[in-house]
Amino acid sequence: MDFGLSDEQKLLEQTLRRYLDEELPITRVRELVAEEPGNDGGHWKDLAELGVAGILVPEEHGGSGLSILDAAVAAESLAWNVAPTPFLGSAVMASVALTTAGSSAQQARWLPRIATGECRIGVAATELTSRREDAGVSERAGRLNGKSLMVLDATGADHFLVPVGQTGESLALVDAGARGLTCERLRTIDRTRGFAELVFDDAEVADWLGERGGAETAVCHMLNAGRIALAADILGASERAIELAVAYAGQREQFGRVIGSFQAVKHMCAEMVAELEPARALLWYAAHALDGQQEDAALMVAHAKAHLSEIGREIVRTATEVHGGVGFTDEQNLHYWFKRVGLDRQLLGGPDQLREQAALLQGWNTA
Amino acid sequence: MDLSYSAEYESFREEVRSFLEKNADRAPKVGLLMSVGKPSQDLLAWQDLLIENGYAARNIPREYGGYGAAPDLLKRVIIDEEFNRAGMSRGMAGQGPDMLVPTLLEHGSEEQKKGWIRPSIRGETVWCQGYSEPGAGSDLANVQTRAVEDGDDFVINGQKIWTTTAHHSDMMFALVRTEPEASKHAGLSYILIPMKTAGIDVRPLNTMTGAAEFNEVFLTDVRVPQANVVGQRGEGWKIANTTLRHERNMLASSAQLEGSLLGLIALMQREQCNGVRAIDSPLLRDRLLRLQARVLALRYHDMRMLTARIKGERGGAASLVSKLAGCEVSHQIAALAIDVMGELGVLYEGSRYQRADGRWQFLYMFSLGLIIGGGTAQIQKNIISERGLGMPREPQSQTRR
Ligand SMILES: Cc1cc2nc3c(=O)[nH]c(=O)nc-3n(C[C@H](O)[C@H](O)[C@H](O)COP(=O)(O)OP(=O)(O)OC[C@H]3O[C@@H](n4cnc5c(N)ncnc54)[C@H](O)[C@@H]3O)c2cc1C
Repeated sequence: MDFGLSDEQKLLEQTLRRYLDEELPITRVRELVAEEPGNDGGHWKDLAELGVAGILVPEEHGGSGLSILDAAVAAESLAWNVAPTPFLGSAVMASVALTTAGSSAQQARWLPRIATGECRIGVAATELTSRREDAGVSERAGRLNGKSLMVLDATGADHFLVPVGQTGESLALVDAGARGLTCERLRTIDRTRGFAELVFDDAEVADWLGERGGAETAVCHMLNAGRIALAADILGASERAIELAVAYAGQREQFGRVIGSFQAVKHMCAEMVAELEPARALLWYAAHALDGQQEDAALMVAHAKAHLSEIGREIVRTATEVHGGVGFTDEQNLHYWFKRVGLDRQLLGGPDQLREQAALLQGWNTA
Repeated sequence: MDLSYSAEYESFREEVRSFLEKNADRAPKVGLLMSVGKPSQDLLAWQDLLIENGYAARNIPREYGGYGAAPDLLKRVIIDEEFNRAGMSRGMAGQGPDMLVPTLLEHGSEEQKKGWIRPSIRGETVWCQGYSEPGAGSDLANVQTRAVEDGDDFVINGQKIWTTTAHHSDMMFALVRTEPEASKHAGLSYILIPMKTAGIDVRPLNTMTGAAEFNEVFLTDVRVPQANVVGQRGEGWKIANTTLRHERNMLASSAQLEGSLLGLIALMQREQCNGVRAIDSPLLRDRLLRLQARVLALRYHDMRMLTARIKGERGGAASLVSKLAGCEVSHQIAALAIDVMGELGVLYEGSRYQRADGRWQFLYMFSLGLIIGGGTAQIQKNIISERGLGMPREPQSQTRR
């Protein structure tokens, strides 16, 4: 038995954090996303060279051919630095959809360009978990109609991956410039990612992945991989928030002592870690289970995403409290991590929905 | 316990209702939380109307520009209920009417009361609170801003920080050090500073909400008459604590919480996910009901505390918990609202599909600010345990300057 990260995974983490620390410090992130939410300023290409964009792309298509656990390690490091990248959409969800549902010709067409970072794919999957405002996309004579809200990683996307039908029975790739497609930016609390609404008016499809009407398994796998990436994102952002809080508590003085010497402050920090560390292990296991397509994978993914959403929300809030008034300022930058976690929580199913799913998976809701 | 509504109260309720119906179109739109800017003309006119009818500044004596009614718990409750039901503005709130005015009533000279209360409750004079400094947050008594006597004036030098609304304010009530030889707490005075005075430099600070609610204020050789000291020189700590008590009541206002809760209920009745209204989801509804219970508890707690205050009784530990509990509930109401909106709950900055002008995300962040402001949650817990429960202080938590 060996429960933990491999040396290679630790090396990936170190390499990524070193790169991000040097090339994309928070001051640079601020400048980039002030221009446009989700703007990576060309760093995605560099990250692709480090193997991040093609992390799940098989080696024969120019990727690193790594596992979802490796992707989780990368997601964690990216969030640790609130890096604006299309990692969730392109490197995780689109790559998983293509490797699971795509024909070998389709894989050869798309995956190499995903791995180099040339091709960036936004994902229109919101309606699979939460249908609002009469949104949803359907097919008529090979073309798409309807709309999708909160399309993720829309900034800079040249293509969109669109599950079609009530449960995502079919999976379409649509060119961002396709006739009949309009893309309108949406603005969220978290500037490090770009969202949009897509409206389809007899929009042309570039490629159908897998069987039309038979893509549900692939869609489900894609969603679960996305949830692991989001849970890992929460993990990384929370981890950094704790580091920042502990560092601040070691410097700031009140009443003639550093605030970190007050038990109240120490306990806040200890509680954050006591919540986070077990959740890290849960996430690793869930990623591992999904990699092995284990029977308990879906349950573990639902729990990992729901649980990290709950504790992440508490952690970034507590880290802000440790900072006092400074934590509430824009200048201190802590809110970038606060908002990143706030956004992750709501995507691809909120904790209430995911726990319902966990109950269903265990046959607990017969009502 | 007597909560019976005699005929007098029934007719009072009718009176409030008909006032609200008659004046619905004169009421300004209800703002986000407290007003942090200059009041609009609409709001000023509305405030005048409210005072005239006894729905604002109700218990402030007439000679100072208030309505001059004797405190009456049930009437206050009726006013809260009817205004919340109608979703109409309560008029001016904030540092002036809710914090400085009650402080002046307790400690101000006759001249100060005559001079400042009327324009403050009418919103003509906007106030900010100059307490915190870079080195004096939780440790407020560590204030270093110096006020040195010079003839009839004080000359003030130093820096304030986190000063909400300073960029729109006419006046600041500030805590400054006038007696450098005295011990930490005994060296402070409470002074009223016109913001137009030469030597004051206000620099807005952006916050996580994206707005600039608070500021840094630099004071360089700022000359203020000695007559602007409230109470005695060296009494600043006591007076500042009076203001803090009122601030904590304001931040924990259960009427405000009820307003937010009503907004949340309305949201849950409207918002649908996968064809199901949020209010019909057993999970979300249970969270709502838990919050409703907490809001109700705080509401009746308020009535209990108000009764004690009217009778001049000391409330003990119970009187110290409202800020801690109320700010937390406010934060949790916003947290649930965001969950109710699901993915769309993160929309902000005027985005398409954003609900209620982004009010819920704003409240989620701002209420976290209020958990920190006005004395942090941890400091509230220290106060509850030490002052309320008589527990010993933490070792060496009080070092001398
Ligand atoms: C939204 C907002 C509005 C504000 N408006 C105003 C205003 O108008 N005027 C004004 O004067 N001030 C204002 N403030 C300032 C506010 O009063 C201070 O931020 C607050 O008192 C905390 O001080 P600090 O920021 O220096 O944090 P610190 O005192 O440095 O606290 C940092 C952390 O240490 C903890 N801590 C400190 N001492 C102890 C202790 N003894 N025991 C346990 N824990 C401790 C705190 O709880 C906190 O978690 C505002 C603040 C905010 C956030």
